[in-house]
Amino acid sequence: MQLNQFLLLSAFLFCTGVYGVLARRNAVLVLMSVELMLNAVNINLVAFSAFSNTVSGQVFALFVITVAAAEVGVGLAIVLLIYRNLQSPDLDTIDQLKG
Amino acid sequence: MIAQNVAFWVIALAMAGAAIGVVRSRDIVRAALYLVVVLAGAASQYILLAAEFVAWVQVLIYIGAVVILFLFGIMLTRSPMQTETELDNDQRWPALVVAVFLLGILVVLFVDAFGDQTIALNDELVATGRAASVGSSIFRQYVVPFEVVSMLLLAALVGAVAIARRD
Repeated sequence: MQLNQFLLLSAFLFCTGVYGVLARRNAVLVLMSVELMLNAVNINLVAFSAFSNTVSGQVFALFVITVAAAEVGVGLAIVLLIYRNLQSPDLDTIDQLKG
Repeated sequence: MIAQNVAFWVIALAMAGAAIGVVRSRDIVRAALYLVVVLAGAASQYILLAAEFVAWVQVLIYIGAVVILFLFGIMLTRSPMQTETELDNDQRWPALVVAVFLLGILVVLFVDAFGDQTIALNDELVATGRAASVGSSIFRQYVVPFEVVSMLLLAALVGAVAIARRD
């Protein structure tokens, strides 16, 4: 298998995630798009690990998975708090610093 | 080699379609279920790359825990289930331009840098992906990052409870 096919797949997933983060208004959907981007990075790490036949890339992928789980936990707690204060999960409603 | 390539492209196409579904779906629960397809596809790509331990961790943590958290988040914030354009803001076209531009740069870079490099699938690679080799690498070479990550998880756990607590 070519190394490139995995890299191109992960590039596509990453760019889809970028689009989602920029274009979505609902906070939960923005977090989902962030997960897409983290998964793209993981595919890259595992592909390079197989390419160089070392285990380091897989270990880093495991660390990324752990950090992603922590990020989702804290992120959803923040979204919940915003919802409780503003009665809306939309990120556009958080504009208290806007003049 | 042919069979792996066919499997790769079938799974990759499913993942690409589902990823577009995640960012374009008008139904937020459906977007979460499209995310399951992408995560399961990533797990199968890990299996194709002979990284079986990472693949099963992906299934357990992402599909088992993270997606359930997302569904809880959707329910607790009473997100609109069936709406027209409520889930998107008005930056759709600039966002598309940014994403396509970034994709173009990445594709050109990857093709230029790794044009004809191949991944050799052999027994050595399969042995690398086994839980025993991953585990011994974590607990020998990467034991300090491992402890840091466990502290991070503890901090995130306490932080999530402290943030979401009602008082």
